[in-house]
Amino acid sequence: MNSCFSSCFRSAHMGPMRSDLPPRDVAALVMAIVVSLFAVGTAAAATVTVVATTEDLASLTREVGGDRVKVDAIARGYQDPHFVEPKPSYILRLQRADVLVVVGRDLEAGWLPPLLQQSRNARIQPGARGYLDASLTADILEISTGQITRAMGDVHPLGNPHYWLDPANGRRIAQAIVRKLTEISPGDTAYFNERYGDFDRRLTEAEKRWDSMMAPLEGLKVVTFHRSWPNFAERFGLDVIGYVEPRPGIPPSAAHTRELVQEMRRQDVRLILVEPYFDLRTPDAVARESGARVLVMSPSVGGLSEVTDYFKLFDYNLNLIASADEVAKGE
Amino acid sequence: MCASLVRPLILVSSFVVLASIEPAQAQSQDSQAIREELNRLRREFETLREQYTERLGALEARLVALEGAPRAAPGQPPPTATPLAELVAPVPPGAAGAGGPQGSLPVYGNVSALSKIFNPDVAVIGDFLGAAGGNPMQPAFELRESETSLQAIVDPYARADFFFAVSPEGIDIEEGYITFPALPGGLLMKAGRLRSAFGKVNTTHTHGLPWADRPLVTRNLLGGEDGISDAGVSVARLLPNPWIFLEATAEVYRGQSELFRSYERRDLTYVGHVRGYQDITESSNLELGASLAYGHNDAGPSATTRILGIDGTFRYRPLRRAMYQRLLARTELAWSRRSELGGLNAFGAYLATDYQFARRWFAGVRYDYSGRATQPGSKDNGTSWLVTYWPSEFNQIRGQYRRTNYAEGQTANELLLQFLFSIGAHGAHAF
Repeated sequence: MNSCFSSCFRSAHMGPMRSDLPPRDVAALVMAIVVSLFAVGTAAAATVTVVATTEDLASLTREVGGDRVKVDAIARGYQDPHFVEPKPSYILRLQRADVLVVVGRDLEAGWLPPLLQQSRNARIQPGARGYLDASLTADILEISTGQITRAMGDVHPLGNPHYWLDPANGRRIAQAIVRKLTEISPGDTAYFNERYGDFDRRLTEAEKRWDSMMAPLEGLKVVTFHRSWPNFAERFGLDVIGYVEPRPGIPPSAAHTRELVQEMRRQDVRLILVEPYFDLRTPDAVARESGARVLVMSPSVGGLSEVTDYFKLFDYNLNLIASADEVAKGE
Repeated sequence: MCASLVRPLILVSSFVVLASIEPAQAQSQDSQAIREELNRLRREFETLREQYTERLGALEARLVALEGAPRAAPGQPPPTATPLAELVAPVPPGAAGAGGPQGSLPVYGNVSALSKIFNPDVAVIGDFLGAAGGNPMQPAFELRESETSLQAIVDPYARADFFFAVSPEGIDIEEGYITFPALPGGLLMKAGRLRSAFGKVNTTHTHGLPWADRPLVTRNLLGGEDGISDAGVSVARLLPNPWIFLEATAEVYRGQSELFRSYERRDLTYVGHVRGYQDITESSNLELGASLAYGHNDAGPSATTRILGIDGTFRYRPLRRAMYQRLLARTELAWSRRSELGGLNAFGAYLATDYQFARRWFAGVRYDYSGRATQPGSKDNGTSWLVTYWPSEFNQIRGQYRRTNYAEGQTANELLLQFLFSIGAHGAHAF
């Protein structure tokens, strides 16, 4: 646009018009060109630029925003969202964003604040109109009310931040995104609402499918690596009886692993659910000792290559559990 | 119990409805404002709802605990093989019903406990250093600082950060500044006492370094432990271009630091820094920077010091294994020129790598070389080998073997042992 601006300006001054037009008209012409350029600029910016901190939030934004939004995620699905490096390249993306959607509950506390501070973007600072904390309207589990200390590990005092793993929360997040997009781009309200309606309908259908898949497994006992799955377990009737980590964020220890194996044998636990960013050595050892199977789950959209959107997130994980349980029963 | 909870809920919801009608009548034109107000109230209501659900959950858990205990006692066989509490605990530690204190905090004086939420984040970082081995140039033991940080958002336009260093020499403000993150023109401004943006190591607090000490070039040419830090103003701007991340920083300081000396008010110190950053792949990236510092020095009112610095950093951290593996290779070069005595030139540099080879283990090596700012021809060099163990991200134990060859011909072999530990909420570090 800059180069066009200067070349237009030059033609107004040096072209054949120069001798014919009085200076006032030239000035008016230049003004008209400038105004029209700005008009083109705003028309082109009609899509809302959204940056989401995770691919789950990006996928939900895509569902309701359609082609009226341009969405970009910071953390990849196969990356531990607690530990993202605040790379300067993210600053450039945040600088251009109209809306920032965050998971909240301190999940991004280790890396988002310095990025936001350097983004030079007042629109998306906490409390500003373009800042959306998706957890505010979601159903959050494990909110601490008593005294907590870091002796408990890397606990999240504001509740478990892995709440997107319940489709009901996915629906709530999508609603919050629709409200935010409507606020930013009121002209597209009908479009966003229609997209939400469609998303809601498809999610309801999918939930029926997932429920019938999981109904025979009601109460299935599992062990998970990290405390990432409380919402998922509650929604789909899994019973998480223990964790490979002795405490959240603390690497496995020999004593805890021994106790875990005993407990798994006692309760006949057949499945260990692990996120793709954890080392498989300890889970594999636990599996060998206890006779269970390790399943590499996708805790986020993009966690594994076939999990490309919010629906496939549940399709993949639930299929994995259901088929592994069948194999275990067959043995 | 439920009925007593339902009544306040109804009251609250009717209040929400009434409150949302009031402004609606007042500003019937401005539907945007109403929508915002409604959203705000909806959020408040959600929070209230959450709090009630929590309280309800906690009370129910207590009820179950109270009723459950005596019921099992008569007639029942004693419970066999008590399951491991840690493995089967249905309630996470600290959550409602886990036995911790519940309900709102007690109120002291007139101010409610709610006012505490505006307190800044407070953290203390202890830095304990033990040294063994002979070093004719330094004391056998270096007692170090504990850093206290107070950080908070001031208002919608600014945030503030204070870092107090308490050391045997006393209390010192290491940094204390206000940041305006979103000024017109894409500027980020800091004002106060700052570690200046010269290179990489100068901006980093001691506890953020991958070593127990600072490189020789910092000690000989760049102001030692405190570095170039002074009271002043810093303005940084991104330089938009289609290729890479580019940021320019311009700073003006009062001119009183380890390195610079001001004789008159106009004897200011100027620091400029440009850095470029580019992702090579999603796992690796390269950062290059150039810095310039200029100001009057302690040799006399007309003497000046000018330092040119170049820094380069390569990082590798595979995203899927981010917790277990990373590599950082960094070099910084500095050319110092003092104007007195016809010009005193000195050059210094370090080259270092730090490699994480397991979740809790890091190994590193650093080569140091540096002239001395006021003694041309005197050159020191050294090599350090490091191992760092992280029990957690709040706790680091570091061993460093350092061999230094001083210009006087003496050699020092030292073993440094550092304990770094952090309590409280320390703000995230910049990249």
